[in-house]
Amino acid sequence: MKSAIIQKWKGYKNDPKSFGLFSAVFLAMLITMTALLFVIVYILVKGVPHLTPDLFAAKYTSENVSLMPALINTLLMTALSLLFAVPVGIEAAIYLTEYAKHGNKLVVLVGRTAETLSGIPSIVYGLFGALFFVKYLGFGLSLLSGALTLSIMILPLIMRTTEEALRAVPDSYREGSFGLGAGKLRTVFRIVLPCAVPGILSGVTLGIGRIVGESAALLFTAGTVAEPAISIFDSARTLSVHMYSISGEGLYIEQTYATAVVLLIVVIAINALSDYIAKKFFK
Amino acid sequence: MDKITVEKLDLFYGSFQALKEITLNIPANEITALIGPSGCGKSTLLKSLNRMNDLVEGCRIEGSIRLDREDIYGDMDVNLLRKRVGMVFQKPNPFPMSIYDNIAFGPRTHGIRSKAKLDNIVERSLRDAAIWDEVKDRLKKPALGMSGGQQQRLCIARALAVAPEVLLMDEPTSALDPISTAKVEELAMELKKQYTIVIVTHNMQQAVRISDKTAFFLLGEMIEFGETEKIFSMPENKKTEDYITGRFG
Repeated sequence: MKSAIIQKWKGYKNDPKSFGLFSAVFLAMLITMTALLFVIVYILVKGVPHLTPDLFAAKYTSENVSLMPALINTLLMTALSLLFAVPVGIEAAIYLTEYAKHGNKLVVLVGRTAETLSGIPSIVYGLFGALFFVKYLGFGLSLLSGALTLSIMILPLIMRTTEEALRAVPDSYREGSFGLGAGKLRTVFRIVLPCAVPGILSGVTLGIGRIVGESAALLFTAGTVAEPAISIFDSARTLSVHMYSISGEGLYIEQTYATAVVLLIVVIAINALSDYIAKKFFK
Repeated sequence: MDKITVEKLDLFYGSFQALKEITLNIPANEITALIGPSGCGKSTLLKSLNRMNDLVEGCRIEGSIRLDREDIYGDMDVNLLRKRVGMVFQKPNPFPMSIYDNIAFGPRTHGIRSKAKLDNIVERSLRDAAIWDEVKDRLKKPALGMSGGQQQRLCIARALAVAPEVLLMDEPTSALDPISTAKVEELAMELKKQYTIVIVTHNMQQAVRISDKTAFFLLGEMIEFGETEKIFSMPENKKTEDYITGRFG
């Protein structure tokens, strides 16, 4: 290892420009790594000591700010949002790649719209959700309003990643399938879609990341009631909202860090799970 | 007996005319080779025979192509047409699934569900494509793990599995090594007993070796069509002679 580095140094001796570029990219990598590691280590150091069993109590009280209800709500919110966004996103992508004509204006338009939508701050989605789902449709501050708002938010993301995954499937597979007399439906569902699953899953994973990490949009739509939602019309705070709420009260900073640790673990677990699914079933 | 008759076929990609007034009869149980330089329209003609050109946007066809006297651009269901007129592509394109599932995909498409029947079809198709002995112990293994030559014969087996009447081959050996090429050629000659074969090839020796009839194309026109032996020994047209003697192309 050490000798390899020395070798590299020697190789750059007569080539200052290359050395300059090498140093720049190496430094950039180092900064990125350090920043990421610093955040993770910082949260772990601050949070892990305060991960007490009390924090996982079934009930939230003002004496014991249990994160259990929020954890359950996070899982419910994720499941419900995906239920709305994934089928629609995938179907829209199938239309754009498999059915719409090449160079169709609609395809370009939808692409632009999706890009614009993914650049909009989440609080704007929250405001829209509050006006449309909460007030106009009368769903109130609820799991349903929150999930619908979030699903609109992640829809472009899922559609775009699916679109890319579908476009990456070689045309020769489609030709092979059509050549055997398979129709469009069978070709799309038996050949193209299975090939695209790993790509689609990575889009879904990104979507989950946004759902789990979202707080602004949910404050306006799902509210902050710290109890597990029994029905979809119950207000429900997720882990991120929970963190926002208890940290704002100023008394529970330690518990906030502990909650952050749990949130981190949830995200890592979801990533690992979708990786596992992609490898296990589709290779 | 003519299996396929092409009459006054004009084909356009947008405003570009790729085929001009092609009239050609393809006899049953023979191998018909389509030769000519790149861009002459030979692959385009081949793809018209099972309407794969439908997938190309802006493709328009005038004239008629008949399969057993039935107009394939008429009332015929395109999926049934492609079942009757199978295709083997230039690059082997097995699906990313097991060898067994690759072969069974076609029959399943056309409604065969019984395991016993499928087993039977898979074995028969692989035997017909002369690849059974090489793969019988790894039918459940992914097809993409096979060599290029094996993949191409697998694709031939896959095409045979739906019991077609005609087999279209689009430069099937251009991506293969000489030994695999020889195997595919041998196979084609064996298969013509049961099937009508149309093959597009860049390789004139290949046309001489395996085909009964040859059609020579240049810039979208069919210059000459006849017995392979005659085309290559005493071509009637000067352009054909120039091409087969290697003056261009």
